[in-house]
Amino acid sequence: MFKNHTISILVENKPGVLQKVTGLFTRRGFNIESITVGSSEVENLARMVIVVYADLKGLEQVKKQLNKLVDVIKVIELDPNSSVKRELCLIKVKTNDAKARTEVMQYTEVFRCNIVDVCDHAITLEVIGHPNKINALIKLLKNYGIKKIARTGPTAVSRGLVL
Amino acid sequence: MNGGEAILKALKEQGVDTIFGYPGGTVIPLYDSLYDDDLRHILVRHEQCAVHAAEGYARASGKVGVCLATSGPGATNLITGIADANMDSTPIVAITGQVNLDAIGNDAFQEADIIGISMPITKHSYQINSLDSIPSIVKSSFDIAKTGRPGPVVIDFPKEMQEGELSKYETTLIENPGYNPTLGGNIKQVKKACELIKQSKNPIILAGGGIIISGANKELEKFAKTIKAPVVTTLMGKGAVPEDEEYALGMLGMHGRIVANKNINKSDLLIAIGCRFSDRTTGKIEEFIPNGKIIHIDVDPAEIGKNIDVDIPIVGDALNVLKMFNNQLTKYQPNPNAVKWYDGLKNKKLKFNLKTDYDTNPLMPQTVIKEISDSLTDDTIVVTDVGLHQMFAAHYLNVNKPRKFISSGGLGTMGYGFPAAIGAKVACEDDPVIAICGDGGFLMVSQELATVQTYDLPLIITILDNRKLGMVYQWQNLLYNKRLSQTDLGTVPDFVKLAESYGINGVNITKPGETKEVIKKAIKDNEAILLNIDIQKDEFLPMVPPGSAVEEVLGDYDFEDESLTNEDAAK
Repeated sequence: MFKNHTISILVENKPGVLQKVTGLFTRRGFNIESITVGSSEVENLARMVIVVYADLKGLEQVKKQLNKLVDVIKVIELDPNSSVKRELCLIKVKTNDAKARTEVMQYTEVFRCNIVDVCDHAITLEVIGHPNKINALIKLLKNYGIKKIARTGPTAVSRGLVL
Repeated sequence: MNGGEAILKALKEQGVDTIFGYPGGTVIPLYDSLYDDDLRHILVRHEQCAVHAAEGYARASGKVGVCLATSGPGATNLITGIADANMDSTPIVAITGQVNLDAIGNDAFQEADIIGISMPITKHSYQINSLDSIPSIVKSSFDIAKTGRPGPVVIDFPKEMQEGELSKYETTLIENPGYNPTLGGNIKQVKKACELIKQSKNPIILAGGGIIISGANKELEKFAKTIKAPVVTTLMGKGAVPEDEEYALGMLGMHGRIVANKNINKSDLLIAIGCRFSDRTTGKIEEFIPNGKIIHIDVDPAEIGKNIDVDIPIVGDALNVLKMFNNQLTKYQPNPNAVKWYDGLKNKKLKFNLKTDYDTNPLMPQTVIKEISDSLTDDTIVVTDVGLHQMFAAHYLNVNKPRKFISSGGLGTMGYGFPAAIGAKVACEDDPVIAICGDGGFLMVSQELATVQTYDLPLIITILDNRKLGMVYQWQNLLYNKRLSQTDLGTVPDFVKLAESYGINGVNITKPGETKEVIKKAIKDNEAILLNIDIQKDEFLPMVPPGSAVEEVLGDYDFEDESLTNEDAAK
């Protein structure tokens, strides 16, 4: 069965590593749904969190192929039940009148967003959370007219002390 | 010491005695260092042949092959060979020139992003951007190229790095914490596998190139004889067991031997070692080993479960794992059913001898290969190109030692055979080397006759000349309604005159017996010769059509015993 899987990859923080990792997905015929990259708790190592749409066999193959890359130190799949997944999203939404503005600001509270910019006819929100929560907010705001969306894609870590 | 001198020193520290290359603008400083060095350089006539020669060198010797080319077009000409080495797990280090560091990214003259271009087809790559790192990068490249599952490593070497002076020549360890090939093999898995072997009535071994790479042939022989399992091989596995032996059933697959193809699916236990279940080997994967369990031993964990689900995976080097098996099985009493199966297949192998004795004009490819086979010693290295002649060779030649049959397996690179034979000859000066080529593939690389002549390499070049692009021609005839699109290669050139123009003896072969005679004489006289052998264009090798099960062989073999048919091999 095909579904989204979240893989966390610890890699050497060197030029070309991102290309190697993403190139591997392309070459083996897997589609990256999202990817986030940043430094990790270890100096000179970076962590990539990649969401890939695959079946179990494909996922296994992706993990093994990633492990073969000399610059890849560790590959783990994050179980959605025992990991925390968060994404940041900036949304610029139209607020043509006072009513719209009030309503959008109410949603902001419900969804625990931050207002990061306001101008005459638009508000820019920053929302952090599970991708599902962000999707829900976007759906609501569509009624007002969304000017721009910028999403980081989810990053994730496992819960508790497990790796 | 400048960078050029440093890399030559570092290469020699890795045991390199020969490199294959072609100069160009961004490697002039390196070639300048080479001018005073005792490292042997073989000047090829096209960079693609430098990398194929390095592959042939590596495959024949077991050492890492090294090739050198300039930046841009020189480097991109290496790509086919790098991809070939990657598919066939051949350890090579390809050194490419590069424009100066500050010019990189500016589309400088002869600039190409060779690291980026080669990324999907290399095991690893380095760009040298500090002079003092040269010795360490060379060491790390060799370590990566030859350990675990071997493969190609690219070292991109900017021109200024070749010219600059090192502050200190020192080899330090480059840490690659992400690179730890599992070589050991898990004893628990081995024990579980032994239990399956004990219960098996029809065990069979599929041996791949991994046996040859790890030098596990003796252990494999012992293992097969202990558990009474006949051995079939992949193309890359030819020579993993002595093919003259009765239990060695020969190559399996699209052009596999009939006894192997017709019986493998009767097995209740397949033990696959050092192979990757290529579609050319298994036929339709869903119908491969339908009623049996599979034990898969490979050093590359990604190969396990990639093409076929296995019951017992064992990750490790074939030699180590087979030693563990043989230790577990010291007092092993084979299953009586397995003995029966083993003896039955041995007898079948003896019975299903293929006819090779034809008196036709042009010659039959079977006859030619048989004659080549008859003129070989066990130490002769046969290097084939890719195509119909390759499959005839793989099918009709018996190879009795590892590293004596070299062919482009995974990538199927036409133009591989001749330059790879040059590399093999350079690596093994004392062993006769025969290149078996088709007319099409030879013409892709025929300029290397100059290399053969220049270095006085006593290479025997056989061209099975049917004036066709034979393999495609066969497919068009069998599978594409005889629509013979662009597979007639005409009658140019005259290969004998071509050889002679390079100062190499050539001879046209038209009669049975001549091939053997000429080759034997050439081996005795230790001189280069080109045999242009006129063969039948319409003689096809039976095949398993793509997408069919491995026992569904299209086309009939001629057996020595004329009463036998393909189907009898299944009974």
